[in-house]
Amino acid sequence: MELFVNQVLAGISTGAIYACMALAVVMIYQAIDHLNFAQGEMAMFSTFIAFQLMQWGVPYWWTFPLTLIISFAGGVAIERALFKPLGNAPVLVHVAGFIALFAIINSVAGLTWDWTIKQFPTPFGNAPFLGSQLISTHQAGMIGITFLLLVLLFIFFRFTRVGLAMRAAAALPESAKLVGINVSWMIALGWGMASGIGAIAGILIAPVVFLEPNMMGGVLVYGFASAVLGGLSSPFGAVMGGFLVGVFENLVGTYIPGVGNELKLPIALALIVTVLVLKPGGLFGRVAQQRV
Amino acid sequence: MLSFSKTRIAALSTAIIAFAVAGGEAYAQKKYDTGATDTEIKVGNIMPYSGPASAYGVIGKIQEAYFNKVNAEGGINGRKIKFISYDDGYSPPKAVEQARKLVESDEVLLVFNPLGTPSNSAIQKYMNAKKVPQIFVATGATKWNDPKNFPWTMGWQPNYQSEGRIYAKYLMKEKPNGKIAILYQNDDYGKDLLKGFKEGLGAKGASMIAMESSYEVSEPTIDSHIVKLKASGADIFISITTPKFGAQSIKKVAELGWKPLFILNNVAASIGSVMKPAGFENGQDIISANYAKDAVDPQWKDDAGMKNFDAFLQKYIPEANRADGSVMFGYNTAQTMVHVLKAAGDNLTRENIMKQAASLNGVQLEGLLPGVLLKTSATDFAPIEQLQLMRFKGEKWDLFGDVISGEIGG
Amino acid sequence: MTVARIASLIALALLIFTPLFLKNFYIFQMTQWMIYAIAVLALNILTGGSGQFSLGQSAFYAVGAYTAAIMMEHMGVNYVFTLPVAGVICFIFGFLFGLPALRLSGIYLALATFALAVAMPQLLKLHFFEHWTGGVQGLVIIKPDPPEFLKSMGLKVSQDMWLYYFTLVVALAIYFASTNLLASRSGRAMMAIRDNQIAANAMGVNVSLYKTLAFGISAGITGVAGALGAIAVAFVAPDSYTINLAIALFLGMVIGGVGWLPGSLAGAAFIVFVPNIAESISKGLSGAVFGVILIIIIFLVPHGARQVAYTAQHLISRIWKSS
Repeated sequence: MELFVNQVLAGISTGAIYACMALAVVMIYQAIDHLNFAQGEMAMFSTFIAFQLMQWGVPYWWTFPLTLIISFAGGVAIERALFKPLGNAPVLVHVAGFIALFAIINSVAGLTWDWTIKQFPTPFGNAPFLGSQLISTHQAGMIGITFLLLVLLFIFFRFTRVGLAMRAAAALPESAKLVGINVSWMIALGWGMASGIGAIAGILIAPVVFLEPNMMGGVLVYGFASAVLGGLSSPFGAVMGGFLVGVFENLVGTYIPGVGNELKLPIALALIVTVLVLKPGGLFGRVAQQRV
Repeated sequence: MLSFSKTRIAALSTAIIAFAVAGGEAYAQKKYDTGATDTEIKVGNIMPYSGPASAYGVIGKIQEAYFNKVNAEGGINGRKIKFISYDDGYSPPKAVEQARKLVESDEVLLVFNPLGTPSNSAIQKYMNAKKVPQIFVATGATKWNDPKNFPWTMGWQPNYQSEGRIYAKYLMKEKPNGKIAILYQNDDYGKDLLKGFKEGLGAKGASMIAMESSYEVSEPTIDSHIVKLKASGADIFISITTPKFGAQSIKKVAELGWKPLFILNNVAASIGSVMKPAGFENGQDIISANYAKDAVDPQWKDDAGMKNFDAFLQKYIPEANRADGSVMFGYNTAQTMVHVLKAAGDNLTRENIMKQAASLNGVQLEGLLPGVLLKTSATDFAPIEQLQLMRFKGEKWDLFGDVISGEIGG
Repeated sequence: MTVARIASLIALALLIFTPLFLKNFYIFQMTQWMIYAIAVLALNILTGGSGQFSLGQSAFYAVGAYTAAIMMEHMGVNYVFTLPVAGVICFIFGFLFGLPALRLSGIYLALATFALAVAMPQLLKLHFFEHWTGGVQGLVIIKPDPPEFLKSMGLKVSQDMWLYYFTLVVALAIYFASTNLLASRSGRAMMAIRDNQIAANAMGVNVSLYKTLAFGISAGITGVAGALGAIAVAFVAPDSYTINLAIALFLGMVIGGVGWLPGSLAGAAFIVFVPNIAESISKGLSGAVFGVILIIIIFLVPHGARQVAYTAQHLISRIWKSS
């Protein structure tokens, strides 16, 4: 029983990482209706920028907002320079663009900061949380910030005009234009926000996994999987998805004999695919009805 | 009359002298295989400059810089080294393509220090069929020491099974009644080390293993594995991990308040790349083994060899991160190659290269630990087989015990 | 004779005759190019033909490769027979995968196929199968020799040259079969599904059957490519079939022009040769250079090689007409 509780808690800690990333994934999906494969690399690059700022002596609590601003600007810049010109090219071409972006960012990060791991500080410290040695204060902080972000996003999309405009622009760009929404800038805004959330995710994740250019590769896969499991139209679903994937994966690794340990990821993905087949919109999402 | 015989004698002696000179020339004659000339030796190399193992790409860069240094200082017996290094992205089919390119298109004399067990496994048959040296491969897999079946393939670093055995023997001596928990990377390297470790424990020791857990490189963090391993109640923890995961394991074990006898494999024992990011305070009393000097270890501060190393880096590749263990690895392997090439003299045939490589008799490198020597023979294609145990204290590794020889692999 | 016809004949002639003048290494590279062209073609049928997105082709490629390797190493089967077996096994595998995939579309299908590709290397490493697959170490295959009858004819053919022509014949056979498929009723049914699934359904097309069939056929062809790949490289290992391969095949399809079968050649050329070009430009930034080249191409010709071909065709026709 104790092992079970331990694994669930450990799963929640790992799940917090996935949930963070999943939020960024959902954000970009809400803005552009696709998944950006380079999201993880952008988050990693933002974290390196934060690292570099701190190397130059900027204190943590200034670095954090500075990095957010730089990431936001970077996201907008990438969208304007790269994806707006692609405009109406088929979706697959955009995906090729994401892949190209991934390759470029990864390579440049590797050259600039080399491939060895770096320590990244945490504002929360690493003491046991509430006396439990299974969740450190940092991980608790990570979970807290994720939920805070979630609430902020929820408010943004539900209760602000800009949020509503963004959802409209993503869902029905033509109609949105007709009512005066600047669809083009909504997309740029979405990119900027996704980039910012990605930066937060990276800054929270790096203290646990150590900062290096390949840091986000695995995390991105889990982020996607979690977002899809929870439902791409629901930030709450994405976060829940993250925790569910983390816990499920751990339990599989612990309790399924023989192959459980070697097949953690494939089994988790199999679960997600099964859920999708049964509930195509994800656990908490809504399926768009296609009109003929 | 006299002049006639004198002429005869003159002619005869001229002929004899001419023969002698010609014969002497034959002994000092140069012999070349493809890739070597009077002025140049082409050395091929395959490294993962991109892809999942790109952290090791720096090795190729260090080797290139070192060969530049050798060339600047006159080359090898008057010949310049042309170092041709290609990227395989840690993908075996790409490695095959690059190996073929080096051998058939660039026409190198040999392929030096190709990195990665999968890549080397992929090209081994080809290299041996083509009779081109696949020399000083950058992987510790045990299977490279097989001169009977693969006479053109030779390893360099101590093989993983030997390392595993050394740890097992240490445990049997220090804590024969302990319970062991093992974390290992689920690939050829991790499994190889684990195999050696289990062999070293033997039948009696096998009962000591409380739990094993393997992880994939694609996992973001191995924290949950540590939780599981701690729950097994073990008081000995073996971390068969690469640098990133090694650091994570050190950190998590400390965070959980678990204080086992912690053994960390050599691959993850770099002070600069692992121990420091993980936090020195978390790494106290960890046991590991090494065969080379750690550039960040203060005990080598005034060491002559380390000073040469620093001077080299400063002049030829100042942007290199000396704290990265791969940098020292590149330096040591490059020096080994230079030693072999020098020893081959003017007989730069592939066969002679292998012969020289198989005749290393106690060669000392300034980047290796004192007492660790390169030794090979016609039946022993494993140049380095010795390791020394060390314990982490303060901010450095304290070597202890003797230099141990892992049993010959193969 | 249309421009397209002439171009095809020239291309065919180049493919047949160039290897006679090349060194073995370049013939090997051309063989790899052909093999990837087959795999990209398979993806073109699936995505361009039936509109189903797949990032998981590397899984089928791996199954084909391992089938060939296991048959050759453990069962001593002649390499020629491994191809149809690999094809059939992968067809079944693809068909079975296509069944649950029916309920998924767009991004969800992408994730499911992505999951398959990510899971495959781990499945190959599973210690259950280690005896057959060689586990993490992989399997070494013996490269086949050219058949005896060539030697008796006095022709000195290298292993590489034989393998190239063997692959070329297989590639051409698959190409013609595929063009026939897409031009047939089944092909039109698939394209109807791609363009508007609901309308196709309303018109009486058996959507489920054709979608799963498309998956099966695409998987089968990819499996054949995988088998050829295993034979050419003479080695299989889990590390050879990662998600990077799936992404490369996807890029090949986009560069070639989605759904345009001849474009598979151009796309495959991109996969095989551009990384080398990027590396020669800058070793440290090879990934960045690759990305930049990719972006330049998709900016200039978003519809890939097909766009280039059609533009060229128009230009040439106009020049002909005016002269």
